[in-house]
Amino acid sequence: MMQFMLLFSRQGKLRLQKWYEAYPDKIKKKITRELISTILTRKPKMSSFLEWKDLKIVYKRYASLYFCCAIEQDDNELLTLEVIHRYVELLDKYFGSVCELDIIFNFEKAYFMLDELMVGGEVCETSKKSVLKAIAAQDLLQEDEAVEGALREIGLY
Amino acid sequence: MTWRPKEKICSRRRSDALINGEGESSGRRPGDTSLGKMSSIKQVINDAVEKGKEVYEKVRQPNPIRLRDLIRQIRSAKTAAEERAVVNRECAYIRLTFREEDSVWRCRNVAKLLYIHMLGYPAHFGQMECLKLIASPRFTDKRIGYLGAMLLLDERQDVHLLITNSLKNDLNSSTQFVQGLALCTLGAIASPEMSRDLAGEVEKLLKSSNAYIRKKAAVCALRIILKVPELMEMFLPATRSLLSEKNHGVLITGVTLITEMCRQSPDMLSHFKKIVPNLVRILKNLIMAGYSPEHDVQGVSDPFLQVKILKLLRILGCGDSEASETMNDILAQVATNTESSKNVGNAILYETVLSIMDIKSESGLRVLAINILGRFLLNADKNIRYVALNTLLRVVHADNSAVQRHRTTIVECLKDADISIRRRAMELCFALINGNNIRTMMKELLAFLEKAEPEFKASCSSKCVLAAEKYSPNVKWHIDTLLKVVQAAGNHVPEDVVSSSIQLISEARSEQPYAVGELWRLLSVAQMEFQPLIQVATWCIGEFGDILLSGQSDVTVVESELIAVYQQILWSSQCSITTKEYALTSLMKLSARLNHEIGSIQQVVSAFGSHLNIELQQRGIEYSQLFTKHSHMRGPLLERMPPFEGTKAGREEGKAALTNGIDSSPDNQALLNDLTTLNNNTNDSYESNALLDLLGGMEPGDGDKVQPTNTVTTGVTPIVPAAPSSNADILDLLGGLDTGPTMPSAISNVNITVAPNQLPSNGNASFLLDGLLNNSTSVTSPVTSLQNFNNISSPVSQQSSIPGINAYDKNGMKLDMTFEVQESLTTINMQATNNTGSQVTDFLFQAAVPKSLQLQMLNPSSTTLAPSGTLSQVIKVNNPNKVALRMRIKLSWTANGSQIQDQGEISNFPPALWQ
Repeated sequence: MMQFMLLFSRQGKLRLQKWYEAYPDKIKKKITRELISTILTRKPKMSSFLEWKDLKIVYKRYASLYFCCAIEQDDNELLTLEVIHRYVELLDKYFGSVCELDIIFNFEKAYFMLDELMVGGEVCETSKKSVLKAIAAQDLLQEDEAVEGALREIGLY
Repeated sequence: MTWRPKEKICSRRRSDALINGEGESSGRRPGDTSLGKMSSIKQVINDAVEKGKEVYEKVRQPNPIRLRDLIRQIRSAKTAAEERAVVNRECAYIRLTFREEDSVWRCRNVAKLLYIHMLGYPAHFGQMECLKLIASPRFTDKRIGYLGAMLLLDERQDVHLLITNSLKNDLNSSTQFVQGLALCTLGAIASPEMSRDLAGEVEKLLKSSNAYIRKKAAVCALRIILKVPELMEMFLPATRSLLSEKNHGVLITGVTLITEMCRQSPDMLSHFKKIVPNLVRILKNLIMAGYSPEHDVQGVSDPFLQVKILKLLRILGCGDSEASETMNDILAQVATNTESSKNVGNAILYETVLSIMDIKSESGLRVLAINILGRFLLNADKNIRYVALNTLLRVVHADNSAVQRHRTTIVECLKDADISIRRRAMELCFALINGNNIRTMMKELLAFLEKAEPEFKASCSSKCVLAAEKYSPNVKWHIDTLLKVVQAAGNHVPEDVVSSSIQLISEARSEQPYAVGELWRLLSVAQMEFQPLIQVATWCIGEFGDILLSGQSDVTVVESELIAVYQQILWSSQCSITTKEYALTSLMKLSARLNHEIGSIQQVVSAFGSHLNIELQQRGIEYSQLFTKHSHMRGPLLERMPPFEGTKAGREEGKAALTNGIDSSPDNQALLNDLTTLNNNTNDSYESNALLDLLGGMEPGDGDKVQPTNTVTTGVTPIVPAAPSSNADILDLLGGLDTGPTMPSAISNVNITVAPNQLPSNGNASFLLDGLLNNSTSVTSPVTSLQNFNNISSPVSQQSSIPGINAYDKNGMKLDMTFEVQESLTTINMQATNNTGSQVTDFLFQAAVPKSLQLQMLNPSSTTLAPSGTLSQVIKVNNPNKVALRMRIKLSWTANGSQIQDQGEISNFPPALWQ
């Protein structure tokens, strides 16, 4: 099971954090700080894995963003790289060649996407199409509400 | 990579894309535009309305800025202080709107707060607002509300009761996406209470006809049984249909759920044995079926699902030959048919290898699996090499010969650019060493050791020594190897390597001339970064200086040369104190081996009488005495030490102690040396008395390390008087160690005084005894006393692994607690002692622990206490989260007709209880 996922920039700024295990806020911050500094100092020729406490950390850099996941001892680190890649692909499809700024300004959308791909630290949908369909349908629900709300506001509904 | 101007979000350059694939050209932004014609009309209306609304709002009240604008403002802040100012201003505003119960902008404000939270600012004041959003009927509100709940609350929060109600409502919603949001949130933040409250709902949804709901419910069920294993039974019937499913989302989550059930309970494991054929069929369909675009990842069909199934097969096949037999073929098929040029294929192969190695598979299949790993080692991708080494390390003990075939590839990995790959390769190399390949492997490892990073040197040199000890073809090679290790690792050589080198040379009588010659050669050119080498060399030269000077070794040495080298070491500011201690004692020994230069030795030694280091000073003074007042003793006292025979076991234990994190201290080592020397001379009682003085003066400085030695010695002493009378000398010696009282009760003292962190040092202690006892010729019974000692020490290590505490001692009432730990359950045996001097009645002990713990108090053995009487009570604490244990207690009793009440907090529980 994945314990948490962090997205951060090359400058060390946190862009997304998803925790599937309960940690106090202070510990979360400490872990984040520690991992960001460890990973940013790793050289490109090093592997994408590191052992950290009793967890395995899998990370991968996409352009200016690092995607970093903590998994348990008996999880498959190579497959975790695929999970990360799948997430990036989904964001890419959704935003249309996604970049860091998309994730900064639409961070909630990035969370929604992750929640469709994974629940409670486990992959729950392996079809890209299904994930995007679910997201689109939910976006549509929101738009309907916006229109409805606006019409009501001006007395047309 | 260049950074894009911050403000231009819409104009994008290719290079900034996270993926340089063929994404659709982006004029359309799904986030803020529509998906179809219908919705783009809506969008136009929406925009117009939004504008009108903003104008309207401006008249009514100041409008909260939009999330987008806040992010822009924060990003344009030039300094951290400026950013803080923007954030603080916005937070103050958000708080205000929260207080005013503004529901129109709540969603926007919470979203802003979530962004602020990600920047690391406190945002917990938004928790209640999230709950209000969740309770709103609008989907937009719920979506942000649940997102906020997942980010701002975790299972430690107290607002759980409120959110549990909302979750219960939404799980029964008629909109699948609302149900989805609720399930997703439950999966992320489920606490044990929440799990109990909502398990029924989840179980219902697990049987839903909607795949979207079912897959999420399956993960929730998984999280629930992780938190509350007792609820497992409840989900069992619903799992039946999960595997006959077409939808991959339901399949993968179903398999994951079953995996967890099997892992948690042996009953479930045997129950699910029957699904092995189903799993095999699903896996076969996956790899045999043609291309399916929906689940394809670079030519592999649904790797996520394949890996999950392989993992479940591994658990089901482990130790079960029948199940293993059923899955043999499919594993072979996956292993041979999966394309291995990309990461995704290798992920599957990796999982397959793990499964093959764990189940009772055929030997041919196992060889196939190890060959896959061998191929991995040649892969250009460092990640795959890393995984291969890790896996080989896991299986090397089971299939050593199969792994041996890839030895050359593994040795090559010692030169890898990635440090973690080198570390794995090193560990694997040591696992592969055997009598046949020791020469070649050691050559490679020594080359590695020479160039290795400092962090490797200590462990690598220790392991080299162990391997050499186990497999060395002859003594000369062994000595050579050890000397090379000491040379290659420089100052990073751990102390156990120094002591085993010394021991080896002292045992190998026939090779001493060679070793001493070699060491002299090294010593005369040694640099100061080779302290351990100098230590070994000086010890040996001191001991066997006569061999060196007699020309038995290939080198010829002039005495003055020897003294010059020693002077250089002793006066060097770069030499460590330990090295100087070695050198000084060694020089002293040489005074009994040399013929001409004794005067200059005396000069050097007496100069140390005023050394700043107290240990060296003491030795300087003591040794000078041997030149003047006690010079007649010098010869016998400085005789060559007997070889350390039969101390191998002790050495092993010493090493075990080392791996436990406590290194064998040089002080103990020195103590041993001197003791054995002494022992050899005990037939001359006059001398041994004088020696006693010496020994008394040689108490090592480090109290921590010596303490266990003393304690144990005390434990043994009472048995010694049974030995022949000459043992009185030994007794004296021990007395000289200042061991305190030697009462027979000392044995029971051992139980109490040996704290767990000192236990590993027992290895050293027995080492000490070993040397002491084996070397004395007249003592016969100490062998049994040693056995007794072992008998004593073994229960000690179990009983006192967690020390008891005194929890309360006031008003004449004393509470002591002792502990037993079984996983998360701690059993506390509380004993109350009545020191009030009068009869105590109505004794009542109450306790409370933090929320995350569960407490169970059993009935006390009594409620009355006679004067100096005791009663006991058992308290059980369940601590699943392994948090620090604290306990508030309340006590009351009646003595002499008056009631006494007191309360307090116990916070001095030993950390071993939850670590």
